[in-house]
Amino acid sequence: MLVMNIEKFSFTYPGAEAPSLKNITLPIEKNKITSLIGPSGCGKSTLLRSMNRIHDLYPGNTYDGKIDLLNETTGEYDDILAIKKENDFIQLRQKVGMIFQKPTPFPMSIFDNVAYGLKISGIKNKTELKDRVEEALKGSALWKEVHDRLNKSAMGLSGGQQQRLCIARAVAVKPEVLLFDEPTSALDPISTSAIEELIVELRNDISIAIVTHNMQQASRISDYTAFMYLGDLIEFDKTEHIFLNPKEQQTEDYITGRFG
Amino acid sequence: MEKLFQKISFSSATLVFIILLGIFITLFNTALPAINEFGLHFIVNPAWNKEVPITTPQAKSVKKVSDDSEVVNPDDYSDDDGMIMQDEDDTPTKTIYGGLVPLVGTILSTLIALLFAMPIAMGIAIFLAEIAPKNISSFVGGAIELLAAIPSIIFGMWGLYYFAPIVANLFGGFQVSLLTAGLVLGVMILPFMAAITRDSMNTTPDILKESAYALGATKFEVIKDVIFPYSKVGIIGSIILSLGRALGETMAVAFLIGSVFELPHKITDPTISIPVALANNFGEASGLGMSSLFYLALILFVMSFAVISFAKFFFLRKAN
Repeated sequence: MLVMNIEKFSFTYPGAEAPSLKNITLPIEKNKITSLIGPSGCGKSTLLRSMNRIHDLYPGNTYDGKIDLLNETTGEYDDILAIKKENDFIQLRQKVGMIFQKPTPFPMSIFDNVAYGLKISGIKNKTELKDRVEEALKGSALWKEVHDRLNKSAMGLSGGQQQRLCIARAVAVKPEVLLFDEPTSALDPISTSAIEELIVELRNDISIAIVTHNMQQASRISDYTAFMYLGDLIEFDKTEHIFLNPKEQQTEDYITGRFG
Repeated sequence: MEKLFQKISFSSATLVFIILLGIFITLFNTALPAINEFGLHFIVNPAWNKEVPITTPQAKSVKKVSDDSEVVNPDDYSDDDGMIMQDEDDTPTKTIYGGLVPLVGTILSTLIALLFAMPIAMGIAIFLAEIAPKNISSFVGGAIELLAAIPSIIFGMWGLYYFAPIVANLFGGFQVSLLTAGLVLGVMILPFMAAITRDSMNTTPDILKESAYALGATKFEVIKDVIFPYSKVGIIGSIILSLGRALGETMAVAFLIGSVFELPHKITDPTISIPVALANNFGEASGLGMSSLFYLALILFVMSFAVISFAKFFFLRKAN
């Protein structure tokens, strides 16, 4: 079952002559990990940032095609490119969360960081907040390390802990999809493997799309892999097919390190 | 060559401290007669340049011993107006000086300026940093920097001629008053405060704002919960630096505050501030009067110094 379906999608940045993404068709399977790989500038982050319309914080982008998102209650698909009202954007982003290249803890306590998404979605009940924060921190394998300093500033955590905190913060609002934009590019190998394990565990509840520079990471954790090049989606398949016997020459050149 | 260069740059750096210390010492030395005469009572005494009979008991008792010793330096009698009418009944008098009125005037006018400027400056900064499209933001930003470049005397003239009547119409009372001076002072520090606040808001990383938006935050929530806390130190810094500017502002306030040594009962009353008291009285002062002006200057110096030190301390503590 698909949680998202990107069809004939093109994207042009404001003022750009050529589109950055051309006619992309990509299914995102529910409760699977789909990774986007490709050399720098291939458009994989641009594609990821279209999937929660975070691009729209900066006006003037041009979209074409459609990106369907599964509506869990009705079982139907809504085109997120049709969204115009701020309220609908907020709902979209509560359903489709995002983790960034660098940890982005807010300048507040660990507890408040995780509770932030819940608070702005209107949850005021203290015990409910507490339970949801604890649940999210446990789900992000951070509870043991921080349970005795929830009221300390999140800035005091290590980089890896901060990134897991950001994952906990995103998980706390119970999104259907989580988008990871090179989540381990600023982290050391140990923190990286902790994050990878976490992503694999999250798959049980959340569908995941991850942009990564690291091909080993893609092969280790993802179920599906899409290879992109210069704004085109070259090949999409199960991860083992992409890495073991790619159909396209370009894909093979890239994963064997002949370019990129 | 290397050595010489090091020495030159080292002495340039040292020069700053020498100048700072030198100013403090000369201020203190010149103020010393007034400090000895009035002590700390100076800052709570509202009288300025006032003749009072010497009636203290010990003064009388001392008088019998020696007339010269307790009568204040004869110079002091002639200095202030040069036309002291010696009292007919021959009671000895002395002139006393107190700094309360200009001190209160300075603090209150600065406070009014801050209260007026702060909300507007925050509004401008939020608009420029987060709401306005880029081209409008840079256009308005440029206008605000121009506003900051207007010489203060122009603010004074404009304030007196156009702004003061409006204030008097709206709030009653005098045209030149604490309120008028404070408001114009507020307009003067406004661009400064807005520009620094905008700059520190602009230091919030995009990725941090995007993280909040990605959780479903509205623009208002991002400003309130992410941008403000993130740039808090810079915003407080802008307020304190503006405070420092407002404390020392002379020319515009001299036009607008009324320049009378009287405690204001309402904010629409005229009064005087320390810099204005200094500028207005420096020319004619001598002796103890001059020394008292230096005492006032010393107080202003210490106030400004304290404000800046506090800001520095705050910045450093936050930075660690």
